[in-house]
Amino acid sequence: MDFFLTALLQGLCFSGIGLGIYISMKIFNIPDITTDGSYTLGGVVTAIMLTNHLPSYLVLPAVVVAGAIAGALTGLIHTKLKINALLAGILVMTALYSINLTIMGRSDLPLVNTPTLFNLVNITADPNQNSFWILIVFVVFITLLIGYLLKTDFGIAMRATGNSESMIKALGVNTDRMKIIGLALANALTAVSGYLITQFQGFADMNMGIGIVIVGLGSVIIGETLINWFSITSVWLSLAVVLLGAVVFQLVLALTLSIGVDANLLKLVTAVFVLLIVSLPKISFQKS
Amino acid sequence: MIDLKGIHKTFNRGKANEVIALTGIDLHVAKGEFVVIVGSNGSGKSTLLNMVAGSIFPSEGTVNLGDKDVTSLPDYERSRWIARVFQNPLSGTAPDLSILDNFRLASLRTHKKGLGIGIDKAYIQSVKEVISSLEMGLENKIHQPMGTLSGGQRQALTLLMTVMDKCEVLLLDEPTAALDPRSADVVMKTADKLIKDYQLTSILITHNLKDAFTYGNRILQMTEGKIIHDVTGEARKTIKQNDLFEWFA
Repeated sequence: MDFFLTALLQGLCFSGIGLGIYISMKIFNIPDITTDGSYTLGGVVTAIMLTNHLPSYLVLPAVVVAGAIAGALTGLIHTKLKINALLAGILVMTALYSINLTIMGRSDLPLVNTPTLFNLVNITADPNQNSFWILIVFVVFITLLIGYLLKTDFGIAMRATGNSESMIKALGVNTDRMKIIGLALANALTAVSGYLITQFQGFADMNMGIGIVIVGLGSVIIGETLINWFSITSVWLSLAVVLLGAVVFQLVLALTLSIGVDANLLKLVTAVFVLLIVSLPKISFQKS
Repeated sequence: MIDLKGIHKTFNRGKANEVIALTGIDLHVAKGEFVVIVGSNGSGKSTLLNMVAGSIFPSEGTVNLGDKDVTSLPDYERSRWIARVFQNPLSGTAPDLSILDNFRLASLRTHKKGLGIGIDKAYIQSVKEVISSLEMGLENKIHQPMGTLSGGQRQALTLLMTVMDKCEVLLLDEPTAALDPRSADVVMKTADKLIKDYQLTSILITHNLKDAFTYGNRILQMTEGKIIHDVTGEARKTIKQNDLFEWFA
C-alpha cells in the first residue's frame, strides 16, 4: 500500500509538469521540450540553496524565476529568431545541462539535515501522510492560481493565442510576447516540480530530468482523453483532470513495477503506455 | 481617414519567385466612405487590405490613418483603429473558446488585457443583447465553443465583435466567400447595417459583382497591382450593374 502512496505523492509532485505541458502544448499549441532541462534546473536550484542554508522561503521564488528564464529563452529563440519550437526547446535543454552541472558543481547533491517543505510542519506523525497533506495544499494553491489566471482577460488572450493567431493579432495582442510569457510560465511550473521532487526524494541529480517530458505529456494526454469523453469546456475541470492524469500516470507505472516488471524497462513501459492512451481513442473511433 | 501614398510592394525581391504585388498605389479613403474593391485573383486586393491592416509592410510609400503615420506599426498596434473580418470564418474567431470569451476579447481590442476577471453578470447581459440583434437565437448559446457554430453564424458574430469596442475602420476581406448564398446575404446585410449605424470607414473586397453594386459608395477595380477604375460620387450613383460586368470582359 505504501508503494501506491509513494506513487500518489510522486504524481502530486509532477502536477507542475502536467500543468506546464498543458499550458505549452494545449493552450499555446507549442511542442516545448525545454522541460527536461528546466525540471532539473528547479531541482538543482533547490538543492544548492537548501544545502547552503539560504532562507527556505527564498527557494521557491528562486526556482520559479529560474524556470521562467529558461522558458523565456526558448520563447525568444522561437519567436524572434523564427526557429522551430521543438529545436528551440532542444537547444535550451542542452545548454541547461551544462548550466545545471556548473551550478551544482557535481553530478548529485543529497539534502542531509536540511529543512525541507515536507518537514516544515507536522500535521500527522506519519511522514508520508504528512507529505500528502502538504502536497495537496501546495497543488491546490497552484491550481487555483493558474485557474484564476486563465479566467482573467489576460488569460482569455493567452488561450486565444494558441487557438487563432490571426484573430488575436487583429484584436491587439502581441503574440510573440504572449508566447514568451506562456513558455516562461510553463517552465516555471515545470521547475516547481523539480523543487518538489528534490525535497521529496531528498537529493538532486543531474539525470533526474532525462525523459521527464513524457510524464507531462502522459498526464496531459490522459487528461485530454477524459476532456473529450466528457466534453469538458470548463477551465477548472480541465486543470483538475490534468492533475488527475499526473496521478493516474504514476499509479499505472507503480502498478507495472509491482507486478514484477524489470525496473530497467520502466522507460519502455512508459513510452508504450503513452502510445496506448494516444492511440486507443483513435482505434475505437475508426471502428464506429 | 486612410491615406496610401506611393505604395509599392514586391515579394521575394531579386529572387526567382519575385512577385510584384502593388505598383504605385495612391489612395485616399475619406471618413465614413465604404469602398468596395473588385479584381481578379492576384490583382493585389488582399495585399492592399493587409497593407492597411499592418500585416504586410510596403517596400516603398507611406500609410496614414487620420493624421498619424502608421507605416511601421504592426497589425496588433493598428488594431486601436482597425477591426477586421477575414475570408475564412475560422480566422476571425477562436474556435475552442466560448462565444462569450470571443466577445470579451473583442471588447478589449483597444484596451490592455489585464489580470482582472472582466466577465461578470452585467457584461454577459450586454453581450446577450448585442447578439440577439442578429435574431439567430445565438444569445442562449454564449457558453458554447465558437467552433460548434456554422460558418455563417461565426461570420455574423465576427461582424458584431468588431463594434464591441471603439472602431473607426472596418476591413472586410471576402467575408462571404466561404458561405452559402443565404448566409452570405445575412452577413452582407449585417455588415451594411453596422457600417451605417456606426459610420465606419470601410473597405470590402469581393468577387461578387452583385454585392459590389449593391453595397458601398465607391468602387475600385484592381489589375496587376494598380487601381484601374475608381468610381465615386455621382458616377457611383448612376453606374449600372452591367458596367461592372464589362470591366471584366
